[in-house]
Amino acid sequence: MTDLASRYLGLELAHPIIASASPLTATFDGMRRLEDARAAAVVMTSLYEEQVRVEDTRYAIFTEYTADSNAEAATFFPELSDYRYGVSGHLETLRRAAEALDIPVIASLNGVSDDGWLDYAVQLEQAGAAALELNLYLLPTDLAVSGHDIERRYLEIVRHVRAKVRLPVAVKLPPFFSATGNFVAQLEAIGTDGVVLFNRFFRPDLDLETLRLKHETTLSTPADITLPLTWIALLSRRLKLSLAAGTGVDSYVEVVKYLLAGADVVATASALLRHGTEHMTALVDGLQRWLSQNAFASVAEMRGRLDGTHVERADLYLRTQYLRTLSDYALHHPEVDADGRAPLAKSSSHGHAHDAPARSIAHAH
Amino acid sequence: MTVQTAIMDGNTAAAHIAYRVNEVCAIFPITPSSPMAELADAWAAEGVKNIWGAVPVVQQMQSEAGAAGAVHGALQSGALTTTFTASQGFLLMLPNMYKIAGELTSCVFHVAARSVATQALSIFGDHSDVMSARMTGFTMLAASSVQEAHDLALVAQAVTLESRVPVMFFFDGFRTSHEENTTTIIPDEQIRAMIDDDLVRAHRARALSPERPVLRGTAHNPDTFFQAREAANPFYAKVPGIVQKAMDRLGALTGRKYHLFRYAGHPQAERVVVAIGSAVEVLDETATWLSANAGEKVGVLQVALYRPWDGDAFLAAMPKSVKAIAVLDRTKEVGSQGEPLYMDVLSTYARAATAGKIATWPKIIGGRYGLSSKDFDPPMAKAVFDELKESEPKHGFTVGITDDVSNTSLDVDRDFDIEAPGTVRALFFGLGADGTVGANKNSTKILASEAGRYAQGYFVYDSKKSGSFTISHLRFGPKPIRAPYLLKSANFIGVHKFDFLFKIDTLAGAAKEGALLLNSPYGPDKVWDKLPREVQKQIIDKKLNLHVIDASKVALSLGLGSRTNTILQTCFFALSRVMPRDQAIAAIKKATEKTYARKGKEVVKKNFEAIDAALANLFEVKIPVVADGDLSRYRLVPDTAPEFVRDVTSIMLALRGDELPVSALPVDGTYPTATTQYEKRNIAEEVPVWNPDICIQCGQCAVVCPHSVIRAKYYDADRLVDAPADFKAAHINARGYPESRYTLQIYVEDCTGCGVCVENCPSHSSEDFNIRAINMKSRLEQVEPARKSIEFFEKLPWADRTRVNFANVRGLQFLQPLFEFSGACAGCGETPYLKMLSQLFGDRLQIANATGCSSIYGGNLPTTPWAKNSEGRGPAWSNSLFEDNAEFGLGYRLAIDKQIELAHALALKLAPQIGEDLVRALLGAPQVTESDFRIQRERVAALKAKLACINGDESANLMALADFFVRRSVWIVGGDGWAYDIGFGGLDHVLASGRHVNVLVMDTEMYSNTGGQASKATPIGASAKFAVAGKRAPRKDLALMAIAYGNVYVAQVAMGANSEHALIAMREAEAYPGPSLILAYSQCISHGTDMRFGMKQAARATATGYWPLFRFDPTMRKRGMNPFRLDTTRPRIPLEDYRYNEVRFKSLTQTRPDDARQMLAQAQLDLEERYKVYEDLAARDGSRFHPHWEEAQP
Repeated sequence: MTDLASRYLGLELAHPIIASASPLTATFDGMRRLEDARAAAVVMTSLYEEQVRVEDTRYAIFTEYTADSNAEAATFFPELSDYRYGVSGHLETLRRAAEALDIPVIASLNGVSDDGWLDYAVQLEQAGAAALELNLYLLPTDLAVSGHDIERRYLEIVRHVRAKVRLPVAVKLPPFFSATGNFVAQLEAIGTDGVVLFNRFFRPDLDLETLRLKHETTLSTPADITLPLTWIALLSRRLKLSLAAGTGVDSYVEVVKYLLAGADVVATASALLRHGTEHMTALVDGLQRWLSQNAFASVAEMRGRLDGTHVERADLYLRTQYLRTLSDYALHHPEVDADGRAPLAKSSSHGHAHDAPARSIAHAH
Repeated sequence: MTVQTAIMDGNTAAAHIAYRVNEVCAIFPITPSSPMAELADAWAAEGVKNIWGAVPVVQQMQSEAGAAGAVHGALQSGALTTTFTASQGFLLMLPNMYKIAGELTSCVFHVAARSVATQALSIFGDHSDVMSARMTGFTMLAASSVQEAHDLALVAQAVTLESRVPVMFFFDGFRTSHEENTTTIIPDEQIRAMIDDDLVRAHRARALSPERPVLRGTAHNPDTFFQAREAANPFYAKVPGIVQKAMDRLGALTGRKYHLFRYAGHPQAERVVVAIGSAVEVLDETATWLSANAGEKVGVLQVALYRPWDGDAFLAAMPKSVKAIAVLDRTKEVGSQGEPLYMDVLSTYARAATAGKIATWPKIIGGRYGLSSKDFDPPMAKAVFDELKESEPKHGFTVGITDDVSNTSLDVDRDFDIEAPGTVRALFFGLGADGTVGANKNSTKILASEAGRYAQGYFVYDSKKSGSFTISHLRFGPKPIRAPYLLKSANFIGVHKFDFLFKIDTLAGAAKEGALLLNSPYGPDKVWDKLPREVQKQIIDKKLNLHVIDASKVALSLGLGSRTNTILQTCFFALSRVMPRDQAIAAIKKATEKTYARKGKEVVKKNFEAIDAALANLFEVKIPVVADGDLSRYRLVPDTAPEFVRDVTSIMLALRGDELPVSALPVDGTYPTATTQYEKRNIAEEVPVWNPDICIQCGQCAVVCPHSVIRAKYYDADRLVDAPADFKAAHINARGYPESRYTLQIYVEDCTGCGVCVENCPSHSSEDFNIRAINMKSRLEQVEPARKSIEFFEKLPWADRTRVNFANVRGLQFLQPLFEFSGACAGCGETPYLKMLSQLFGDRLQIANATGCSSIYGGNLPTTPWAKNSEGRGPAWSNSLFEDNAEFGLGYRLAIDKQIELAHALALKLAPQIGEDLVRALLGAPQVTESDFRIQRERVAALKAKLACINGDESANLMALADFFVRRSVWIVGGDGWAYDIGFGGLDHVLASGRHVNVLVMDTEMYSNTGGQASKATPIGASAKFAVAGKRAPRKDLALMAIAYGNVYVAQVAMGANSEHALIAMREAEAYPGPSLILAYSQCISHGTDMRFGMKQAARATATGYWPLFRFDPTMRKRGMNPFRLDTTRPRIPLEDYRYNEVRFKSLTQTRPDDARQMLAQAQLDLEERYKVYEDLAARDGSRFHPHWEEAQP
């Protein structure tokens, strides 16, 4: 029997596939269904400080502000003594899940204010979270704010939270850094236990019919794995913190790729949202099958087999591979112009160019 | 045992007991009893247990008749069962009450007694409902205070179990049911001690059981019914004794002693007043004062047990010294020799005299007081005592009104003031939504939380649902506070909206040297000059100590929005001297922490900031010696208003309606329409402002305006010559009319500022997307220019109806709305439909309106929104009841049709004199288009002219019927509570009648008027009262049920999704010569969504497929076509995107997240299945529907 045992943020897991934060992990029942479907761990839906505040305010406005203004009706809403203001509902669900489930329940936090980050982190810990995932993302719309400022703020948040809780702390990173590796190294230096690569954001689009913003949720696809795969491959042997891969999983194929690149765990939401909770079982089975077919006795044995340390100078190597891949691409796609520039729509829809690093690593092996 | 006290209202006090000693509650919401049922439901949802450790079940029914039936059934099956009710609803229970009593079944009905609708509906309190039920065989037990509502509710339960006679336990609606007062709570052990489990087991043993089968509900013949009816007499004979025994037991347990008849006052009283309910407390207080201070030998006899009447106990309780008795009834029995209680007292003496028990009688008179919560206070009580001094005191008197018609009223000395000096009295004038009432309820709790301090709070509201004001009457003191009457004089007055100073006399009740707190936009140095001169004078004359705070600004700066409650509450604590200032602030902080702890420390912090900011921004104002201001109070109605509005309506608007004499009011409840136009409420902070340059003149703003404040006219450019400077006009953007101009006029002073128009405007500035053709701006700068513009606009003629395209919204805007400026909530989703109805058919419209929101904003005084056109025509409107509206409207139709028939017959008979051609034309007129109607009206005028010259009865008779030649449009209008629940049986019958009536259901998916209770229109997963954990059953598909008849025109519309579709449906429904039903999506404040975006939310409901738009037109079948047309596209967005914009759905995710998720999924599946049914219908061949009835004819 293949040994799937894995370790993430110091947590012993039955295998390396976990359910990342999504609507599926919002409720106790949802998390229990994931456990039943053999998830190694679940990351509960993120606690959004901003949303908590907005919803509390909305509830107050619509319930209290209509009260006592009319002789016929002192109120327009039922008295909900069990209404969970603020984070209490979230904490209660976490508490129930942490108590009832055998798998680790990791809490996810998306703060805004200093107090929010710290208070909520402590409350999540007290509610029984096995680990804490911090969702860092500040949209620097202020043109006076530099990348360095943003990074400093990120580090400050992590440092403060780190000092407040004893839990393992992971940081879910945005994909946009000038020097991702350097930043992850800084996170490690201040005691971060792991990073999740990468956060996936709302991607607005324009609707040409209504001339308005479109806001549809798009799930990640296998084409999206390349960037995290690259960074995991580059970082896995050089840093000690845990690495979770978090984008683009659809089948066991992406799971295998991430593990080969050196990920400690692979987290997915899109695949589960697309195919249903039961798909978790298919992912685990698929991984197991692949390992057997390829004669790996354990996950530990195959993890990192294609990571960045197999090359001497990964950055240079990648750079040349990138150029070569594009040239290859042009050979097979005559519509690409002489300078190797493909029309934007075509190149992005095929996504081959971005597949390049993954294939490069595979070739290197 | 420690005594636990709490501030609670009468409803809570009674419900606390009822809940603990029952297992089943079957109810239906009705003011003022609804809170009792809601509390029981909330406790059940929380899992609060009764004294036997079980959680009672609370079942909402479709009507009170249904509730009574369910109660009866539950009792017959052995459960301890109760209900809570009042007024009309209570009357619906009467048949079952006779049965329940006839079967000697133990139970208690808890009644917050309220007026029964007669010449008008009233939600307020008197005894006309309970007195209507005195023949049912129920024991009638009454409480006179909040404490008694608590204590005697328990006595009632003990009595019914022992006596087997059911008990109607009642207290005064609003005055007791809604008064907050310090109440000593009976601990569960004492409740337990009052209830004998042997009796409970006996009750269960009498229930139906197949194990020991019996039969009840038999039908008797003349041989035995009578005897059987008499068989229960011994049970009734025992009741008084059982009641007194239970009272004594309660007294032993609690120390609070009660009697069937309680006498209070001078031991040798010569004049005694007999009364039931809260008036007893007023009489007691007055008698005590008169005895102590004026040496008068007066007293009061409280009737606690009214039925069965115990004459001997009454006589025993009455002082032997009595020489004159006045019996007060809070009801009116027209045509009787006296009201019920009077007749009982009189017959008691008559019987005693007949039996030789007494030799002489006192003088006995009866009188009426306090109908519909008319305040009954010590001056009135004194007037009654004084009347008994007369040698021939007036029988059949009234007190509290001026009856200048029948001269029944007693004179009242308004200066008689007996309030205890140790009591702090405070009056607060607040705006409906500013939290003043909530804060005051909180203040009473804070102040009464300390031992030895008592509090009382009573709250008065005006009749509007938007921009209403509230008056809080608060008393605090070191002794228990009884005084169940409004404050006449207050040591503290808080005016929480500066504008009130100009509208109403807020300082009439200010005591000398009292404190006045103004929420003022003007600081301490400037405010004086901004006060009306009348107010300045009152402040100087009464030596008031004036403080100001700009609470609105402080609240805004703290991120509290418009919620000034905590700030103003703090100022009250700081100024009122109800306790030392530091102690008061500490108390308020402690209470704030307790209140908001559940909501997180952020909220607590914010409120602490508000408290500190309040103290920092509170300033004393130096009072000048003379009142020389330039400003004075507003004239509430213009001089140009009709006489009735000037003489009567304006008095009501000034809150001085109590002063109106009987002669001022109509004798039969008939009131003029079109009076809201005179009440310029000026309640909006911001109002829409038209930008003609961007406007595309589409009419989308006007069609959605809930208050008809946006109006459009087109007219010849020449008319602009006299236009005021600020009057706006644009070239009409229709080809072929170069000389025509278009104006969109905003009625700024009538606007509620909801902003729905702005959100519905499709036209944006190309430079700035946020600027539209209509934009919200501060009202203050708009008022003056708008007045002049409106004056000019009103002189412009409305479009010729024969030249307007009725088929689209663009055309609709040019039709005069005959429903305007109602008191509906800002952003109301119902009123745009009514306005549309009035625009389309207003001058021939006759409306039957079910009780509910629409009958309140449509027919609540002082002013009425149904209006008239320049010819004096407009909707004729009436409200019968909640439950019978469809039948009421069908009655219109039957009468109209019959009178048309008579008119036709008479016209044919008189044709030789009238003229054959005219008669033929009158009878054969098509009456479809506006031109048809205009010509027909001309014919009717010609007919009348002819008839005027023809002598004889037949001519006179036809003259009386002539108006029926113009086809009337009969509309039956109401909400879903009526159509889906209480009135469904009638509605179903009316739809099946085949008659030409039109039904408009403004579907808010819950009982909005009474505060958001679930109806059968409430969708799955919505949390509403009586569906706290989310409604589990799907919403009733009323449309499909009506479609099933085959001959009913049915449309489902949503103004926000497609206003033109609503317009088409209304026109088709009206034109259809049979019954029609329109279900209209109506967003509501009870949904918990931002009403400014209400139309968008309605559009979302449609986009999800939850509220598809469709029409079922049976006439299509006649043409061989499919009568069912699905008028929307397939679902485009997930249900979640619509639902989670609303608290009613979203709140469930915070209480029961797993259930919420499951119900959302279920609702999504449900809508998909329903949509398939509609699609299937729409895709059918026309032959697969019921044949059109005309097809069967040869």
